[in-house]
Amino acid sequence: MALLEVKNLKVDFQTNDGVVNAVRDLSYTLEKGKTLAIVGESGSGKTQGAFALLGLLPKNGKASGSVMFDGKQILNLPLSQLRAYRAARIGIIFQDPMTSLNPYLRISRQMTEVLELHKGMTRSAALAESVRFLDAVRIPDAKNRVHMYPHEFSGGMRQRVMIAMALLCGPELLIADEPTTALDVTVQAGIIDLLVDLQEDFGTAIILITHDLGIVAGTCEDTLVMFDGRVMEYRKTEELFASPAHPYTQGLLAAVPRLDKPVERLSTVSYEFMSQRGEA
Amino acid sequence: MTEQKPILQVRNVSVDFKIPAGGMFGGNKILHAVKDVSFDLHQGETLGIVGESGCGKSTLSRAVIKLIQATSGESLWMGKDILKMSPKELVNLRKDIQMVFQDPLASLNPRMTAGQIIAEPLLIHYPEVNKTERMARVVEMMEKVGLSANMINKYPHEFSGGQCQRIGIARALITKPKLIVCDEAVSALDVSVQAQVINLLMDLQKEFGISLLFIAHDIAVVRHIAQRIMVLYFGEVVEIGESEQVVMQPRHDYTKKLIASVPVPDPKEEMRRRELRRRLRREAAAAA
Amino acid sequence: MPGITGKDQVLTTYANKLATLDPVKGRSLTQDATRRLVRNKAAVASIIVVVVIILAAFIGPYFLPWGFSEVDWSNIRKPPNPEAGHYLGTDQNGRDMLARVLQGTQMSLIVAFVATVVSVTIGVIYGAIAGYFGGRVDAIMMRIVDVMYALPYILFVIILMVMFGRNPVLLFVGIGAIEWLTMARIVRGQTLSIKEKEFVEAARASGASSWTIIFKHIVPNLTGPVVIYATLTIPEIIIAESFLSYLGLGVQEPQTSLGTLISAGAPVAEVLPWMLLGPAAVLVTLLLALTYIGDGLRDALDPKDR
Repeated sequence: MALLEVKNLKVDFQTNDGVVNAVRDLSYTLEKGKTLAIVGESGSGKTQGAFALLGLLPKNGKASGSVMFDGKQILNLPLSQLRAYRAARIGIIFQDPMTSLNPYLRISRQMTEVLELHKGMTRSAALAESVRFLDAVRIPDAKNRVHMYPHEFSGGMRQRVMIAMALLCGPELLIADEPTTALDVTVQAGIIDLLVDLQEDFGTAIILITHDLGIVAGTCEDTLVMFDGRVMEYRKTEELFASPAHPYTQGLLAAVPRLDKPVERLSTVSYEFMSQRGEA
Repeated sequence: MTEQKPILQVRNVSVDFKIPAGGMFGGNKILHAVKDVSFDLHQGETLGIVGESGCGKSTLSRAVIKLIQATSGESLWMGKDILKMSPKELVNLRKDIQMVFQDPLASLNPRMTAGQIIAEPLLIHYPEVNKTERMARVVEMMEKVGLSANMINKYPHEFSGGQCQRIGIARALITKPKLIVCDEAVSALDVSVQAQVINLLMDLQKEFGISLLFIAHDIAVVRHIAQRIMVLYFGEVVEIGESEQVVMQPRHDYTKKLIASVPVPDPKEEMRRRELRRRLRREAAAAA
Repeated sequence: MPGITGKDQVLTTYANKLATLDPVKGRSLTQDATRRLVRNKAAVASIIVVVVIILAAFIGPYFLPWGFSEVDWSNIRKPPNPEAGHYLGTDQNGRDMLARVLQGTQMSLIVAFVATVVSVTIGVIYGAIAGYFGGRVDAIMMRIVDVMYALPYILFVIILMVMFGRNPVLLFVGIGAIEWLTMARIVRGQTLSIKEKEFVEAARASGASSWTIIFKHIVPNLTGPVVIYATLTIPEIIIAESFLSYLGLGVQEPQTSLGTLISAGAPVAEVLPWMLLGPAAVLVTLLLALTYIGDGLRDALDPKDR
């Protein structure tokens, strides 16, 4: 049985200017311990589609369809039941780590709290476990740094702390929403390499949401390309990069200047497929 | 190009910032944002400045055109030092050197129409030009950057990010400048839009023979648009040279690390690069 | 630079194009805000209420049988009596209450309007200059504001009155001169954040002068907070005027204002309740409506806030 099965997910937003369809039709399956990349440009619905799983949509958002996690329907569960899934079984990392870390609490307190709450650990056991996870995400001198405040870490280090916190309770699924967009490329490479290594060690399934086809290439088994709330292409990553089938994917791949293959002139994405679909 | 004198010669420019060290009588700490940077820029050439956030690349680009005060050094514009120019000379200089900014929407005044925004530099530098001629020039520029002229009365929030950046480019071009400083001009755009804007910049550069100082954190973009690349690291130039040479045979360790970190949309290549990064990390750890 | 002023061929083509152009009309931020305001029922109702009050205060007196200072000797201290033309009754001197309420509202509105205009004008210019130039200029300008803040404004108004004699104009200026302090602080704060925006830097890079930047790029973008604060200032000024009049420092007899009327009605509320109820009802309605308009404007001008 698949760990996560999303079928015909739809997300609508009620705004002043009428209803906005952020996600029109999204379906995918994720096996235990596998990785899936969801790629799209801004406004493609990639983030809203993932937030809907955990009931993280803003108040004016409405999700419909089906999301089976480990055989159970979790879409639109009441908050009290969703809490059992959040953090404990499904971890999440956001683009900006500062929004999810409390600036007034030491890292140690923020990490032990999760363990005490979800696993019933004692404070000292929780602290030891926290240090072990900070070590795992390669924070140097974790034993002492665990007692620092979030602002005392650099951006890359903060994101590592976030990853450690997301993995604390041993979730089966980790959703990473643009985890490296706010970071410099050298730091980004470190974080992505770390995610790949952790995935091998912990066997956590990962959904990596990003706009960058580059970081997907070496990281994920499957790739799903989204545009305008719909799935454009959903295939094995290697196949997708070797022979992109959808004109939108082809366009995206050709529009990025590449270090390995310089071109005279960048080609731009053609949206002709939109009108073709309209006629069909 | 080789025979010509460079239009901009930057010599040993440094920029220091005073940062309050905290407390009422804590005094100031000095932050050396840019340290002793020199480079030349020729007519029609694009020089890319690459570096990570906080490396001083934006500070440098503003210091050489005196939008902020440099601590020392000189910046010769056709032989005359910009850093020593009088306010009047500076105003004159601004029509030859324009800028394009990172955030397409934030760089446009939300209360002005596209036409008013594009016309503003003309109004400042050529107040004698009458309204019909001014607006005709605006229409000309809008078409040059690929905007339909009948959007002239629309406001920035009614345009997409890519269109806003086109307005920014039209504004920069309208005084027919000789140099445009592009500060992360395409970083905030989606890849599909980014490609269009890069192509536009390259076309316009060819048409008008403008020089570009192209600042970005993405070395792949810079290699595509620039003939030469300068790599900045903590305010210092670690490498400067022909683009191909910097990318293919980087000499400095930081440049090597930077290039190995750029993701490439090719699974096999990406695996190879991950191994390379692991090796670089191990070497760095062993050295430390 | 050749060609930029010369009427060349290419330019003529574009000029012709411009002449035949049928540009799409843009929606400015102000138009957007107006649209949102119109959708806000409470705000629209309040605007109607305020407009009705304004019209009544300025046109109403012409349709009344009695003037505000006219004494009806046969009707002194009488409750409302439509047959005699006293729709809200009369006061202890036999003057028609409705006429007096309308005149008082008129006076309060004028004070509020003039004082608000004074405070907005001074406050915006002062605050924008302090905020834009920053550094020492800012420090000195804002310390002056701090010092004036520390001055009790009642004392200030009393000193003005003593020096220049009692004069309603002085009252407007006095209140406005105090109210601008807060406006200046708000505007300065906003300016500090606006001047960091890229479009201001873009203007500097284009060679625009400081004054052009302040008045073309910064001040128009202050509209939101300034309009909101101004609508909230109006009730404050009406209350301040009422308070000064209550103390006997404000408008003088036979002229009146809402504050004066209430201060006259309050002591006799038990025996002549109509003397208090009329002006109090107008004041409360006016303040409530203005507050709703202020709220509506805030929502309309800053939609992200919701």
